[in-house]
Amino acid sequence: MRKETILNAALLFGLLAFPLWAWVADEPFLITLTTRAIVFAIAGVGLNFALGFGGLVSLGHAAFFGLGGYVMGVLAFHAQTYTSVMDWPFVISGTKSMPIIWLVTLILSAILAVGIGALSLRTSGVYFIMITLAFAQMLFYFTISWSTYGGEDGLSIYVRNGFPGLNTMDPIQFYAICYVILLMVLAFVFALSRSSFGLALGASRQNEDRIQAVGQVPFRLYLTAFAISGAITGLSGALFADLNRFVSPTMFSWQTSGEIMVFVILGGVGRVFGPVAGAVLFIVLEHTLGGLSEFWHIYLGAILLGVVLFARGGLYGMITGREVAHE
Amino acid sequence: MSLLLFIEQTLNGLQFGVMLFLMAAGLTLVFGVMGLINLAHGSLYMIGAFAAAAVAGATGSFLLALVASFVCAAFAGVLIEFFVIRRLYDRDHLDQVLATFALILILSEATRWVFGSFPLFLDKPDWLSGTVMLPFGIEYSLYRLAIIVVGLVVAAGLFWMISKTRIGIRIRAGENDREMIGALGVNISLLYTFVFALGAALAGLAGALVGAIQSVQVGMGEPVLILAFVVIVIGGIGSIKGALIGAILVGLTDTLGRSLLPSFFGLFLEPSSAMSLGASLSSMSIYLLMIGVLLFRPKGLFGGV
Repeated sequence: MRKETILNAALLFGLLAFPLWAWVADEPFLITLTTRAIVFAIAGVGLNFALGFGGLVSLGHAAFFGLGGYVMGVLAFHAQTYTSVMDWPFVISGTKSMPIIWLVTLILSAILAVGIGALSLRTSGVYFIMITLAFAQMLFYFTISWSTYGGEDGLSIYVRNGFPGLNTMDPIQFYAICYVILLMVLAFVFALSRSSFGLALGASRQNEDRIQAVGQVPFRLYLTAFAISGAITGLSGALFADLNRFVSPTMFSWQTSGEIMVFVILGGVGRVFGPVAGAVLFIVLEHTLGGLSEFWHIYLGAILLGVVLFARGGLYGMITGREVAHE
Repeated sequence: MSLLLFIEQTLNGLQFGVMLFLMAAGLTLVFGVMGLINLAHGSLYMIGAFAAAAVAGATGSFLLALVASFVCAAFAGVLIEFFVIRRLYDRDHLDQVLATFALILILSEATRWVFGSFPLFLDKPDWLSGTVMLPFGIEYSLYRLAIIVVGLVVAAGLFWMISKTRIGIRIRAGENDREMIGALGVNISLLYTFVFALGAALAGLAGALVGAIQSVQVGMGEPVLILAFVVIVIGGIGSIKGALIGAILVGLTDTLGRSLLPSFFGLFLEPSSAMSLGASLSSMSIYLLMIGVLLFRPKGLFGGV
């Protein structure tokens, strides 16, 4: 078996065993911490699809993360105040049902990603980085001034949304939901990366001229990849909001975009499981370094700098000893 | 809105634009010459502001504080370039984004460690406080007027340096073909350090000048950095002229949008919804401007190649 496969299996097993142990040992905080890692991992897997497979360096994925958060926040807010989201031209009422929230999030994030992508993909390189950043920033300022939903203070949701047959307020049951979603997302991305679309996307990243010569349209490939990527990150945003039962403009902030990118890089760009390892590592660092010093960002920055400068390929690159081709 | 208020807001927009230019000039030079995207440019702005506040607190002299901001930011720029940035020139943009993101984390947290989390205050000097009478009976803050003048003088100096001096010729040559000027005997790494330090010094100066109007705190650099990105995307990356025009466009759009849009919507909406719609739209206005420019000029207004 390849080292990477062993590592993937170990990661999935660890993410199953650790919360179960914490459940038995009655440590709900550790379960919540692991849930955070899982949710971040989903966000990272989403970004990795655009970044690692499509070569699209988006520094604006907070736009989708935040959108997911606000879809959950707005729908649940109206459900808890017994009002409707809109009355005209047709009535949309709020909901506390997770599956409906996820579906709405997936659709809206994909639409937003197509919009942002269609404009941003007219450019490339540094322009693309800055424009995606600017779009996220635009939504950040928009939500700050959007006083209906709390503006700068954000929105609190008192009770976590429901899932048929489960008690979502129980940490381990909510964890199970997130874990299954992560598995589904990983399976989806893995299948997609092996599909003809995924292969064409990878080829387009490596050489646009050749992929054009065989009759593919790079713009269409990139846009599709960006939409899928945005939808996955949006879904993680909805889960993140449900985890905290709180949404605020911070979810749209540029630091969020940066952190999602950090998950991808710490784990390893262009590997399906890379962001999972990265998110877990990030949470471990946050937890241990945060306990050591109030100024733990200094150490995080130093480690990140070390990874970028000396350990290209992230955790996966270091352990499996080879870098996935990307440019 | 009265004409006087409109002129005052226009001047405020100009002042904001001139500040953005000081930030954007460094970013665009560094990208144009070295091909590097530097997210940590906002941290240099912050370092300049903190250096100025510390020196002003110790000596009481505003001019010394400005000199300190310029020198400290340039010195920090040299250190950062020598230890980190230098290794990133031949990396892809993704690595540059991440490494400079890591630098932001380190620099912001280190500043918080040294100066604490509370904002510092940098006072305007007495000889620049108060207002000044402009023609047509317009009363305007002397300090803001001074910022506009300083910014325009720096812009003129930068244009002169780039177009007339030997170092400017080298910078332009570096933008066109870095291997060639290396082969012609120009010390490339020294040139790169100089350009980076120059950009850093301008950012530090901007931080100190703005620090006297707003408070000096950790994280003050990043919002300005993102605006500076918008500026250079509008102006065309690598172009100093584009940075100046983009900065003034962004400064005017933002300031005038904030003051005009709410009263514009007030013409046909009830006051409360006009305020909120105006506020949300004006906070998005510069990004809408950027999208508009990119639809017609994907490489920015002055981005040639």
